[in-house]
Amino acid sequence: MGIISNITEGFSPSRRAVLAGGGAGGLVLAFSLAGKGAAADTPAALNAYVAVAPDGIVTIVSKNPEIGQGIKTSLPMLIAEELDVDWVNVRTVQADNDPVAYGRQFAGGSMATPLHWDQLRQVGAAGRAMLLAAAAADWGVEAASLTTEPGVVVHAASRRRATYGALAAKAATQTAPELSSVPLKDASAYRIIGQPIPQVDTAAIVTGQPLFGIDMRLPGMLYAAYAKAPVFGAKVASADLAAAQGVKGVRRAFVVEGGTEFDGLLPGVAVVADSWWAANKGRQGLNVQWADHSTSSQSTQGYAGQARSLAEAKAGKTLRHDGDVEAALSGSAKTVEADYFYPFLSHATLEPQNCTAHFHDGKMEIWAPTQLPEPGRQIVAKTLGLAPENVIVHMTRSGGGFGRRLMNDYMAEAAWIAKEAGAPVKLVWTREDDMRHDFYRPAGFHHFRGGIDDAGNVTAWANHFVTFGEGEATARSAGMAPTEFPARFIDNYRLDVSMMPLGVPTGPLRAPGSNAIAFVVQSFIDELAHAGGVDPVEMRLRLLGDRGLVGDDARSGYDAARMAAVVRLAAEKSAWGEGLEPRRGKGIAFHYSHLGYFAEVAEVVVAEDGTVKVEKVWVAADVGRQIINPLGALNQIEGSVIDGISEMFGEITIKDGQVEQGNFDTFPLLRIDAAPVIETHFIKSDNPPTGLGEPALPPVVPAVTNAIFAATGKRVRSLPLRAEELAAG
Amino acid sequence: MAYELNVNGKAMTADVDADTPLLWVLRDTLGLVGTKYGCGIAQCGACTVHADGAPIRACVTPIEAIGGAQITTIEGAASLEVGARVQQAWSELDVAQCGYCQPGQIMSATALLAENPAPSDADIDAAMAGNICRCATYVRIRAAIKRAAGQEA
Repeated sequence: MGIISNITEGFSPSRRAVLAGGGAGGLVLAFSLAGKGAAADTPAALNAYVAVAPDGIVTIVSKNPEIGQGIKTSLPMLIAEELDVDWVNVRTVQADNDPVAYGRQFAGGSMATPLHWDQLRQVGAAGRAMLLAAAAADWGVEAASLTTEPGVVVHAASRRRATYGALAAKAATQTAPELSSVPLKDASAYRIIGQPIPQVDTAAIVTGQPLFGIDMRLPGMLYAAYAKAPVFGAKVASADLAAAQGVKGVRRAFVVEGGTEFDGLLPGVAVVADSWWAANKGRQGLNVQWADHSTSSQSTQGYAGQARSLAEAKAGKTLRHDGDVEAALSGSAKTVEADYFYPFLSHATLEPQNCTAHFHDGKMEIWAPTQLPEPGRQIVAKTLGLAPENVIVHMTRSGGGFGRRLMNDYMAEAAWIAKEAGAPVKLVWTREDDMRHDFYRPAGFHHFRGGIDDAGNVTAWANHFVTFGEGEATARSAGMAPTEFPARFIDNYRLDVSMMPLGVPTGPLRAPGSNAIAFVVQSFIDELAHAGGVDPVEMRLRLLGDRGLVGDDARSGYDAARMAAVVRLAAEKSAWGEGLEPRRGKGIAFHYSHLGYFAEVAEVVVAEDGTVKVEKVWVAADVGRQIINPLGALNQIEGSVIDGISEMFGEITIKDGQVEQGNFDTFPLLRIDAAPVIETHFIKSDNPPTGLGEPALPPVVPAVTNAIFAATGKRVRSLPLRAEELAAG
Repeated sequence: MAYELNVNGKAMTADVDADTPLLWVLRDTLGLVGTKYGCGIAQCGACTVHADGAPIRACVTPIEAIGGAQITTIEGAASLEVGARVQQAWSELDVAQCGYCQPGQIMSATALLAENPAPSDADIDAAMAGNICRCATYVRIRAAIKRAAGQEA
């Protein structure tokens, strides 16, 4: 089948041993292998993650989906370090969806590093302990008298040495130690963690080997296109199936009744053909008429009108009110009032949604790029009326994720079509399908009021957030936490929320919530700074104050000292305060998300015609004491920064209940000629390492808009950026 | 109808409709899936291949327009002296994040360096602006092109 090129033959990790969830995040290594040593010439599995071959080659399973965040490299690095092997002898394998063996498998929330930092090092150390136990038994010595060099167990007293390969079969029969009991290395002894290690798939990527879901090929496989209504969830009224079936190469065209859940199988028309091009051509002949739908009059303009009314009316709900905002505002030396807006955005993974499905022997087998395979399995089971154990999900490498593939709607579609077609089917969405059937970053509206005293200190902060939802339920990813900064940092603080209904699917986009909230909050802080005549860096340091940790602990709290440190570092590295030529400006912003503390300074030039060019971004980051893979870490930060800037130039708009954009000509993504220079600095604070897939993104947006203000005196309160509003004069 | 093609130095035959884009012939008919579908309208460059050494967007190039041109895809890039150097630089700097656009990026960079062995930043921007990287690895793409050109940044 040619996919997943680096799978080591003969090692089917999840069937040899299981890692059972021990509740409350505790994990227990359980072994189905006990007493079943591997044959002499095959790899021996020490646990669900590690197998050692007689020649010393170590195969390590990466449990989570790879979407470009580098997890297929960085998680095995944690195991390899504590197992104590040379990285050149490590081969990595992508796990299938197997929650029994691997617990929760997902790519989201930048959670893999904090969730696995201890656990997977312990998995590696447990494997090492079993190798030591095997050598101790062979040599009749205490395991405690043994040490390891990479790939070798050593008994110094007798100068005996044995390779892991030689010990593996016996080690696999040893009792696994309690994960919490195994000693871990001191960081000073690391040989792998902290090294710049290229991604394990790099060679396959640069030579164009099959890796991605869209590259999947099965014997006898057919190709499918699936037409869905431009108004989300509308049903098929009629379709010219005969016209589609008349296209050369088309095998079948059929209507899919579908359901009403955006996450599942929506109504549509499927075309199955010998090639994808034929399927898509057939689809173009369908002339589908869609039934009327309750949301077909919704529009971006309509939302904006409703938002204005809602912002002026009494709020639907007060999420937080500290002190007395009205009294503080009326007692302020100055007040500032401003309306902010940010638009819907599409994820636009470069690999469009796709899925290969094959129904055989009563089981549905799925190959898909996904960030969340288990819910995909459940939705396929539910859609087809199968027991979940009869659905098998293989995770392929994903051509980008950004949160889009947390939903598995395309899996449900491919599964249904393949079962109906009676053959293996690869469903591939067009770019237009992808952009018009996304789970969009929700648009949002914020009405701010702020007060400052004579010294320029913030005395009051009120935010009336108008978002989407109905009743008590906020639309997905359209909420805001009552602890969001500057809550807890200003004595008189109020957060109100009002909601309006939405017929458009929404969902998490990289740094969900934060990618929008940072823009409005850090922009309004800038407004207050300028109103009070206080330098923007100084204003931020005043707000953070000397509070230290605000909240209960490092996981749930907000460490003002860590944030102040990155703010100072970003200011220092960017030579904050230096004079700049006209229409050139610097802006600063900070944001805490995904356990990471980030401050960024952007330097922009705004041309006379209002065109914005971001020339340089300085990033100051605190993600704890250890960068696991500096090569991947820098790539994630640089990508996040440019992704954030890219998001300032595009928007998804709704008209007649439909998305107006369809491709990169109308929803632009930033290109190389607009990419800034990026300079990254880490503060290695004494905290556990945390993830880097997301937290560098949010601050860059307000850093840029604040820089635009510095360059032009014009405050950007609405995205996307519009050159005509920033032109000189 | 049956089209005689020369892909990566090999003679191949594809029996497809005249309007079938080269991209889908490569991917579905010939099984060369390294060339990627991203947009279908020559906006993203993920489908970039060479026709007689010049970069083209395979997603908008119908098979009937290929004629006798020698097609080189990412699977054949290593056979080009410049292509091998570009791949090497991409590997050394670990340019990729998700990697999906990188075959197209590498083919565009290879065509650039074959024509202009010492490109300036502006040359790189001009030649590479047709290739979107959704993960935004542009900093490293620029550095890798310079490394492949022997101009260490």
